[in-house]
Amino acid sequence: MNKNKMGEYLIEKGLFITAIFSIIAILIIIAFVFREGFPIFQEYGFLQFIFGMEWAPSKDQYGVFTMIIGSIALTALALVMAVPLSLLCAIFMAEIAPKNMRRILKPVIETLAGIPSVVYGFFGLIVLVPVIRVQFGGTGFSMFTASIILTIMILPTIISVSEDALRSVPHEYKEASLALGATQWQTIKNVIFPAAIPGIITAIILGMGRAVGETLAVIMVAGNVTQIPHSILDPVRALTSNIALEMGYATGLHYNALFGTAVVLFIMIMVLLIIANYFHYKKKVVIGGGYL
Amino acid sequence: MDSKIKLGIIIILIIIGAYMLFKPGVQYDRIEIAGSTSVQSVAEKLAEKYMEEHPNVKINVQGGGSGMGIRTTEQGIVDIGTSSKSLKSDEKGNLQEFIIGRDGIVIAVNTQNKVNDLTVDQLRDIFSGKITNWNQVGGADATIHVVVRESGSGTLSSFQSLVMNKTEIRPDAIVQGSTEAVKQAVKQDPYAVGFVSLSHMSSDVKGIEVNGINASETTIADGSYPLQVPFEFLTKGEPTGVTKEFIDWVFSEEGQSIVRNEKIVPAIANVSDDT
Repeated sequence: MNKNKMGEYLIEKGLFITAIFSIIAILIIIAFVFREGFPIFQEYGFLQFIFGMEWAPSKDQYGVFTMIIGSIALTALALVMAVPLSLLCAIFMAEIAPKNMRRILKPVIETLAGIPSVVYGFFGLIVLVPVIRVQFGGTGFSMFTASIILTIMILPTIISVSEDALRSVPHEYKEASLALGATQWQTIKNVIFPAAIPGIITAIILGMGRAVGETLAVIMVAGNVTQIPHSILDPVRALTSNIALEMGYATGLHYNALFGTAVVLFIMIMVLLIIANYFHYKKKVVIGGGYL
Repeated sequence: MDSKIKLGIIIILIIIGAYMLFKPGVQYDRIEIAGSTSVQSVAEKLAEKYMEEHPNVKINVQGGGSGMGIRTTEQGIVDIGTSSKSLKSDEKGNLQEFIIGRDGIVIAVNTQNKVNDLTVDQLRDIFSGKITNWNQVGGADATIHVVVRESGSGTLSSFQSLVMNKTEIRPDAIVQGSTEAVKQAVKQDPYAVGFVSLSHMSSDVKGIEVNGINASETTIADGSYPLQVPFEFLTKGEPTGVTKEFIDWVFSEEGQSIVRNEKIVPAIANVSDDT
């Protein structure tokens, strides 16, 4: 075997092994989480665990329904605020902004993504919580406060991924549209944006994933009360917060219940990914055998 | 020589070198300590000083919570578990408790709050939701915002047994994950009330008197302050060997003065303040 072929062979196998390792790592984590969480479903009952309203480890009550609602509500509210903002920002950066402006905007937004979540959480605790308390009443620790922090955290993800999607729309589309006499706004609205939809959906789902998974910042500002919120100014507890708050102390069934919480979170994220993939393939634009 | 073989030799040499670097030349005696996060800082200081004086002993201190301290000691994973609460009879098993010092739970309110004194009964009513307005206890006309710690926290469980008795804390109380977070919440909200340990107390918040007694080293040492918690070292059965030596040292004058420097009331009275 000559030297070149040997090198290629080694690299190929090396990459293969690395890929296999990452799959194995994921599988081991899944197996571990499910194994540790299984006793709670068995002893406490799956439906009782999922739909139970009371979480009181000291009294052996492990219902996570309030936290499922909490997580979903937080994420939904954050998306309602983040999506319009970030899509407009992405369109501006991809289509309208002059080159120089883009040169400034892009790194600024990327910096936003690089700030550790504990910093966002601390900012929320020190700055946002008092503002919300003074302006809207209550304690300031609320679903609304947490959603604002989450919005800021997911903005850069959605902006940069959807901007890439907008920029990857072939130039011919735009040129053809302009040549037919459409204005720039009409072109963006009717040609570029629809063509970029699959990428934009992926961007939103990525942002959603980050919002669902965010732990530390949410713990610091959401108030962590296990209740169904009646207004956006009520405190809530997210699934992730529940795990992080109590993992240090948990023994026995409580410990299993926290892994059970992780299983629920895992299932939620899987469902999100499946929905994302479905839309991604359904909305893709097919041109000349390939797709965008 | 082929460059690949050279590379191979270099990698092997690096691995051998790294092995020699990390292979302990001297045999150390190890003590593993884990448990309560409130005891952690004082345990770390004690370990640091002890290792300075006994270079052949390595002490590793970890947090994780009182519950974890109890569990891991029972299972024999650590030599010394730490706990910031007395053990319940069902937790006790064959664990040996050593009270290395005492800490107080301070009821913290905002510095603007005019309330200076509450009884334990009033505290129970506030935290259970029976009293909801500050004017019911002599303060301003404003809703009380109750801040508590997460379930499982040593401070919370001490607070529950000392104040709440069998009454439950109101379910809509704000939950914060650490003493610092509770202090932050109280610091910025003029109508909030929470509880923090005396060793973590600072001027950010105002500590109020309970049953007319202010939390201080003196009132905790003489037992008059009602809300006090023990800081404990736990061992499985009687301690032996280095573990025993270390615990004996902790109860020596030197060890106890370190405990005092951490603002914990020492187990032995009349220990001088300077190390």
